[in-house]
Amino acid sequence: MIPIDHVIGLSALLFGIGAIGVLVRRNLIVMLMSIELMLNAANLAFVAFNRVWPGMDSTKALDGQVFVLLVITVAAAEVAVGLGILLALFRNRDSVDPEEASLLKW
Amino acid sequence: MVTGGTEFDLLRWIPLAPLLAAVLHGVLLVVVRRTVSQWVTVAISCGAIGVSFLMSCAAFARLVRLPDESRLLVDHLYTWIGAGIGNQAFSTELAFQFDPLSAVMVLVVSGVGALIHIYSWGYMEEDEREDKGFQRFFCYMNLFAFAMLLLVLADNLVLMFLGWEGVGLCSYLLIGFWYGDRNNAYAGSKAFIVNRVGDFAFIVGLLLLFSLLSEAGHPTIGFQDIERYFAQIAEATLDLPEWLPGGPSYRAVDVVGICFFIGACGKSAQIPLHVWLPDAMAGPTPVSALIHAATMVTAGVYLVCRMSFLYAAAPEASEVIAWTGALTAALGAVLALVQTDIKKVLAYSTMSQLGFMFVAVGCGAYAAAIFHLATHAFMKALLFLAAGSVILAMQHEQDIGAMGGLRSRIPRTRWTFLIGAVALSGVLPFAGFFSKDEILVAAYGAGMAGGPWLYRLLLATAGLTALYLFRLYFQVFRGKSRVRRELRDRMEDPPGSMVIPLYALSLLAIFAGLAGFPQAWGDLAWVDIEKSNSLANFLAPVLAGSGREALEREIEYRLTLRAVLAAATGTGLAWCLYVQWPAWPGKIRSSFRRLHHVLVAKFWVDEIYGLLLVRPLVAISDRLLYRVIDAGLIDGLLVNGVARSVRALAANGLRYLQSGLIQSYMFVMLVGAVAIVALLMR
Amino acid sequence: MNFPTLLFHAFALLAVAGAVGTVANLRNTVAAAMSLVLTMVSLAGIYVLLGAHIIAVFQIMVYGGAIVVLFLFAVMLRGDESEPLPRGRMRLVKAASVLVAVCVMAGFARILVGFPEPPAAPTDFGRARTVGIALYSDYVLLVEMVSLVLLAAIVGALVLAKRNTD
Repeated sequence: MIPIDHVIGLSALLFGIGAIGVLVRRNLIVMLMSIELMLNAANLAFVAFNRVWPGMDSTKALDGQVFVLLVITVAAAEVAVGLGILLALFRNRDSVDPEEASLLKW
Repeated sequence: MVTGGTEFDLLRWIPLAPLLAAVLHGVLLVVVRRTVSQWVTVAISCGAIGVSFLMSCAAFARLVRLPDESRLLVDHLYTWIGAGIGNQAFSTELAFQFDPLSAVMVLVVSGVGALIHIYSWGYMEEDEREDKGFQRFFCYMNLFAFAMLLLVLADNLVLMFLGWEGVGLCSYLLIGFWYGDRNNAYAGSKAFIVNRVGDFAFIVGLLLLFSLLSEAGHPTIGFQDIERYFAQIAEATLDLPEWLPGGPSYRAVDVVGICFFIGACGKSAQIPLHVWLPDAMAGPTPVSALIHAATMVTAGVYLVCRMSFLYAAAPEASEVIAWTGALTAALGAVLALVQTDIKKVLAYSTMSQLGFMFVAVGCGAYAAAIFHLATHAFMKALLFLAAGSVILAMQHEQDIGAMGGLRSRIPRTRWTFLIGAVALSGVLPFAGFFSKDEILVAAYGAGMAGGPWLYRLLLATAGLTALYLFRLYFQVFRGKSRVRRELRDRMEDPPGSMVIPLYALSLLAIFAGLAGFPQAWGDLAWVDIEKSNSLANFLAPVLAGSGREALEREIEYRLTLRAVLAAATGTGLAWCLYVQWPAWPGKIRSSFRRLHHVLVAKFWVDEIYGLLLVRPLVAISDRLLYRVIDAGLIDGLLVNGVARSVRALAANGLRYLQSGLIQSYMFVMLVGAVAIVALLMR
Repeated sequence: MNFPTLLFHAFALLAVAGAVGTVANLRNTVAAAMSLVLTMVSLAGIYVLLGAHIIAVFQIMVYGGAIVVLFLFAVMLRGDESEPLPRGRMRLVKAASVLVAVCVMAGFARILVGFPEPPAAPTDFGRARTVGIALYSDYVLLVEMVSLVLLAAIVGALVLAKRNTD
């Protein structure tokens, strides 16, 4: 009933917006949020494809959803650690500007 | 040619003993670095050369016990170069051969060499006192002996070339021995460079010969093998560029012969590569005696005689050799007349006598050439050593204009010098007469292009030889003393160690002629006819066509008479000019001032070479090859240029890839990921 | 146009609006976080429409309830400051990245046109029971590994966020 290609299109759109956010914004917290956005887009795609093509046999019928669960879990872990790093890194500086952390250069 | 080859293990010690001594000297000089007492140095070097001489005598004794046709001793050490497989297999061995020709050469080299080593002890002693390289001298002398003996004993062309180069190197080292004076170093370089030109021709000849043999199916360069297979290539022809005289097609053996002869010219100071020999007198006198009289300069003659079978089959090449030799002989004699330095007179004399030897070779009388080589070695070494005594007595003054009347002050030197001069002038019955006579007879009977002029030129040169030799003797030893006063009373004969070699060489100079007593005289004197001319008989199996047919008795006597007259005329003229009426030389000089000037300037050969060859070469090397190609192109553009462009690329471009900014890294990652996905989805 | 499709488009619009709000928000970070919540919830709605009910629940619980809260905690701890504009070389890079992202999206759009109608979902497609059984029978190894990941994350976050008491 739902047009799946629209779903995939939405996923792509969200992914692109997330990518733009990661690359353009100069606030690390917003960058992390954009990464979450990208992950969500991927999840959406997974679920949609799982709906269209359930697995060949019954054991693999729910591959997509299982994977989505795992992605959600790992995303949570990643955000926790990422924010921890952010806090630790920028404890001594007063900004969350990624361009401040550019010592690893020529 | 000789067949078979008997093993004789002692052969290797003939060259190896001096080599070990040289290495030992080198180690002591460079590694140990403490000054060694002169006894040790002399013991090492003279001992080594003595060992060589003894081994040579032993080898000789072994050789003569073999029958005539199989007189060949071999000693094989090691396969130096091995290449190819099957019937293309080629190898160059480190092996020695000892046949009658080698025997003569080795005995001369080691014998005269030993005497000169002993003499050098006394001569170089003041260098020892002033610590100016006594040990270095003997190191080089031993190295030279090794190279020369290697040259003579080698059983193939490549090993011989190794020795050939080695003597060139040692000549350079010893000429420039007192390198504190730049001119000595330049003289050494000049000798080496001119030699190099000859070496190049040698290599060309060697390669040509090898390629001819290979095409005939026998890739080899050992002397025995070349001789064995020579008949197969004797008629091969070669095509050379059109502008060379004599047509584009040449007989290959002629070309090879000429190439080897040019190499010999470099070593033996024949025209046009003769320019280094007078300058080589900058080295110490024992060096001049050994290298530039008795041994190295004879290497060219040895080479040609070793390849006598080739020259016997190459009449055109032989003609070139004969005439070059004759012209060099004449030129040397003429230039010797106007020199004022003792050693330079003797240098030009050497050049002239070597010319005689090459005339003999060109006329096919190879045994006569070797005979003259041996006697000349004795006589010239004697003269040089005696001259060395004079120089020492005169505190290193070498200008004969500052000498005179020395006969009463240094009598032993005087008598030995006189013996040498008399012998070399060709006075009966000394050694020089017999050997020179053989050559004159050969020149007379050879029938070269240019008819009898070859013989006449040679005869005139013989007369000039006597003239300049006795001029030298009279100027130095007789007449009014022109010596500086403070020197006059301090002059003395050399010490025993230096005089003994002089005596030994004098004996040889007197009696060595008996080895080549001509057959035609056999029943004139009390010598048994079969034993006469024993040197030629000894060498016959090895040298091509060395048994000369005796000319008619009458012609022989006439030629002998002419030779004697020539010598007598020269001597008499010298007596007149330099003893009886000493004012005349000066008058002659002023009347022929132009001619004298030309002669003193040596026909400006050095200057011409400098202008035509040296300066253009140096200019090209410096301005083009060095500045443009080497410094500019290779250094500047290729090496530094590449470095500079890499640096520019990295500094101005690549550097900014590592900006440290996270978001630019992420951008690159995104682009990369998209590219990969796009590729995979294609 | 039936009701689910309409609903889907509505949710989609909200999701995009929320996404744009997160990325292009110039007011402050908290507003960005709120927009993110909007996106999450809309996506949960879409999951429900697709029939993956348990995933929708997890989406709201974990993403909306935990992750965004974490973000808000971080903002609270750091404070909110305004963002400087990009300067220098980065301007070029950022413009280029926007361009690339747009191209990527356009590329996807071009490729993904023309999907078949999905078949009817199996009855227990998104039920907790089926997903749970699948997790703990076929994918139990993955579950264990993920739990280790979580453990590591906890420890790591603790260590990182601690102040150095020297």
